[in-house]
Amino acid sequence: MQVSEEVFSKVQSALVDALGVDDNEVTPEATMVGDLGAESIDFLDIVFKLEKSFGIKIATEDLFPKDILTESSYVQDGKVTAPGIAELKKRMPWADLSKFEKNPRVQDFGDLLTVSDLCRYVVSKIA
Amino acid sequence: MRWFWIDRFTEFVRDTRATTIKNVSFGEEPIDDYLPGHPHYPHSLIIEGMAQTGGLLVSESGGFRTKTVLAKVTRATFHRLVVPGDQIQLKAVVQNKQPLGAIIEGIVTVGEIVQAELELSFAFLDNSFGEKALFEPEDLLRTLRILKLFDVAVDQNGNRIYPPEHMLEAERQAAQGYRLKRAL
Repeated sequence: MQVSEEVFSKVQSALVDALGVDDNEVTPEATMVGDLGAESIDFLDIVFKLEKSFGIKIATEDLFPKDILTESSYVQDGKVTAPGIAELKKRMPWADLSKFEKNPRVQDFGDLLTVSDLCRYVVSKIA
Repeated sequence: MRWFWIDRFTEFVRDTRATTIKNVSFGEEPIDDYLPGHPHYPHSLIIEGMAQTGGLLVSESGGFRTKTVLAKVTRATFHRLVVPGDQIQLKAVVQNKQPLGAIIEGIVTVGEIVQAELELSFAFLDNSFGEKALFEPEDLLRTLRILKLFDVAVDQNGNRIYPPEHMLEAERQAAQGYRLKRAL
């Protein structure tokens, strides 16, 4: 999924406004939670700014599929099972889950989302 | 002292916008303490007043049942000080409202002059934070009456909004309890 300079720039702007970080901190590989310090309330703000910027509708469950991560057939001993990973990939084709797959702990899921993932998600919604 | 930093609602349209006023008095406690020799109304209480205005605005359509808390001050720009004798108008406009929270944009004016511009985010806490409401419904209802909310509140079609039945029932129960206590 190709992400244009324009999309990246708008996403970068939204993250700078919502999180109070500098432009140069918002790199494609930066994680929203770990690197940029996003908290749950920030996601509401980010979603709102992206909706306004791109004229799209975003559901927070798209970014954080709670139903998969709490479903007993997809989670065992705090880790996402193989069927769970498959379901996540189906639901989130724009996300790079390769790092998460190596140690798929549910508690780490929130940390995996990167700026690139967010850009690819926006592109998928615009299309 | 009561932690109310708004005096009255002058406008209220469900899930859209609300305006309140607050009269700043020389005799108020915050003016007394802040700052010695140059008394003025603290900006933090202007934010709180807008949070109260906006918080009630985004909670009303849920019958004031949701646990609404101020979660984030995204932006707060103050252009001038507020001094004793000023009446500030706090206008909150809903920008976005979702099951998890809401965002409002706030403008504070003194007469025609813009005193502050704010953007606030609210979170709607779920029952993992406890099932009890943040305020007793009969206490909140009394406060809303004093603020004259129901004198001006309308829905998006212009129809008048009345106090929610569950709050009226709580008020009746509380009154009954008081009568029984007095009778003993």
